[in-house]
Amino acid sequence: TADPLITEVQSWASGTGEGVDATPYGMPIRFETDVRRRNVEWLTADTISSINFTPIHALDGTITPQGCAFERHHSGAIEMRKQDYRLMINGLVDTPLVFTYEDLERFPRENRVYFCECAANTGMEWAGAQLNGAQFTHGMIHNMEYSGVSLRTLLEEAGLDAAGDLKDKWVYVEGADASSNGRSIPMEKALDDVLVAFKANGEALRKEHGYPVRLVVPGWEGNMWVKWLRRIEVTDQPVQSREETSKYTDTLANGTSRKWTWAMDAKSVVTSPSPQAPIKHGNGPLVITGLAWSGRGAIKRVDVSKDGGTTWETARLAAPGEKMALTRFYLDTEWNGEEMLLQSRAMDETGYVQPTKAELRDVRGENSIYHNNCIQTWWVKPNGEAENVEVS
Amino acid sequence: EKLGLGRPALPEEVAAWNLDVSPDGTGLPDGSGSVEEGDALFADYCAVCHGDFAEGVDNWPKLAGGAGTLADKDPLKTVGSYWPYLSTTWDYVHRSMPFGNAQTLAPDEVYAIVAYILYSNDLVEDDFVLSKDNFLDVEMPNKDGFIIDDRESAEAHFWKDEPCMTDCKETVEITMQAAVLDVTPEETKARKVQEMMDATNPANKAGDAEAKTEEPAAADEAAAAEPAAEETASVDPALVAEGEKVFKKCKACHQIGDGAKHRTGPILTGIVGHGAGVAEGFKYSKDMAQAGQDGLIWTEEELAAFLTKPKAYMKKTKMSFAGLKKEDDVQAVIAYLKSFN
Repeated sequence: TADPLITEVQSWASGTGEGVDATPYGMPIRFETDVRRRNVEWLTADTISSINFTPIHALDGTITPQGCAFERHHSGAIEMRKQDYRLMINGLVDTPLVFTYEDLERFPRENRVYFCECAANTGMEWAGAQLNGAQFTHGMIHNMEYSGVSLRTLLEEAGLDAAGDLKDKWVYVEGADASSNGRSIPMEKALDDVLVAFKANGEALRKEHGYPVRLVVPGWEGNMWVKWLRRIEVTDQPVQSREETSKYTDTLANGTSRKWTWAMDAKSVVTSPSPQAPIKHGNGPLVITGLAWSGRGAIKRVDVSKDGGTTWETARLAAPGEKMALTRFYLDTEWNGEEMLLQSRAMDETGYVQPTKAELRDVRGENSIYHNNCIQTWWVKPNGEAENVEVS
Repeated sequence: EKLGLGRPALPEEVAAWNLDVSPDGTGLPDGSGSVEEGDALFADYCAVCHGDFAEGVDNWPKLAGGAGTLADKDPLKTVGSYWPYLSTTWDYVHRSMPFGNAQTLAPDEVYAIVAYILYSNDLVEDDFVLSKDNFLDVEMPNKDGFIIDDRESAEAHFWKDEPCMTDCKETVEITMQAAVLDVTPEETKARKVQEMMDATNPANKAGDAEAKTEEPAAADEAAAAEPAAEETASVDPALVAEGEKVFKKCKACHQIGDGAKHRTGPILTGIVGHGAGVAEGFKYSKDMAQAGQDGLIWTEEELAAFLTKPKAYMKKTKMSFAGLKKEDDVQAVIAYLKSFN
């Protein structure tokens, strides 16, 4: 039968729509309200010190819109005007300096796309399959194009002669919010690719991502990407702050803990189909898609398995992998209602292959909390629905 | 090569921000504090979240206990069982606590609170006094419990170059399902809105769909609020008892009843129905004092609005409390306050 959406004149084909300026700064159309950040309430005591999750199951491409990019606050998202912003560089520098926001805009600028992943992403899955949805298992990640000044430029402006041999020196970075979040970064990394960023995806950072200025530490755990950055101190030892001792350290099965596990290992996840993105279209062509990333470099290859890791086929990368940025992969396939145990496996340019959960547990036990980069399994059922499972 | 941007930081500016403390004691100011002083301070500033004995409340961090549990299935990581450096505790309390009122503690108070945390972990005796001089003498039990990231050697086998592609396993079985645990948050609200939109004619105005979803919620709230209001009118003893529990959150700063004194916050005896910002001997925020002069009376309605979201009700109130989220808790605590009238 003929489709009335075609044969009958629809209201939108006859009347007029909204004029320009109806929404001076646009929001997604109302039919997309489901695409939003979500919180898992039982994880934390209060939303002021908590995390929520990017709806990766509903996004495509690689760039995360700021408005649905996950948030992690230790003392709430503060509101600071650019006019009130100050950045101090002190410690072992030739001249301790204070910059205003306008000062930062006068330094030579760089544009770079990087992923930011919380070290605890997938952390709830160590002891078993727990949360039903790629948003909840893998959504502590976003990927944006940052504009800013390299940290090296600012450090050189203050002068590093006073620091002497830079080999064993550190840079302590600190935020302006009440949590005083601070992390120690080895000088080698600080001088390599760290950015002091003030724009993301072309516009000002959002309040929840550290407006007006945050640190970008490519490939390294999100906690080091200090928001509302207010101070950079050159030191001759790590400060060993709360976030680098009591948190963001990985306890192994024997009770000892790894520290300074900064780099995020290669990882991937199928974003669709997945529990929040079931197959609804019936038999025939199916696009399996997902994201892959590595804190050690570019993604080189992604394999997909439909049978729980017994056989693998190599997926198509939407674009060649970029260093420390999300890579989108597709497997254009055919589905006829058969059950699938869907997995994806990322490989980076260093030759690292994303491990299975069993392989990770063999080395680390189940108490690490952080840095869980295991292969994820979705059980896709004959009705197209998917569930987070673990397989032998 | 330098651009000459920025200006030199003044010594007093560096001193104001350069507060971090390192494991060797670099950055520690002069001062001292005893376990006994710390006990009182902890009760005032910390116990609301961390418990009277640092044992933790709800999901807030436990600061004591857990010795010898790090290799267990669910290790209890506390200052005593896990933290390798005492400097971290001092620095964190000094710069980040109390939660919602950070950077208000004097160095002596921080020494005292840290001494109490050590005591609550059985690491010092009750007559212990922590100071800059003996700071490095305190032994942290897990100081040798950390190794530097060894993934590149311990996990060298993850660098496989060419992973298995076919016949990688003999059998595959599902060993665990997330649905069994059933702890995933429901997406109900957004999904319902979406379903309603899908079901309605897209030509409808956006406002219609929103109004339809919001109506029942608003009705529910009103229904819940009404009986609660009636109960407070007659001062229900059960509600007062509930309120006493809720008032624990207020106790860090407020006292009520016989012998009450002003603390961080004013005495609350007789507050319901009383004028705002006028308790003698307490220094209110400008705004609260002004509101009092303007005749603000703490009726149950006004109190409820204030307690639900203090900063939204009065932007510059000194009360750092975030607010009571549950309507029931607000009504209960007002009933409790009223029982002292």
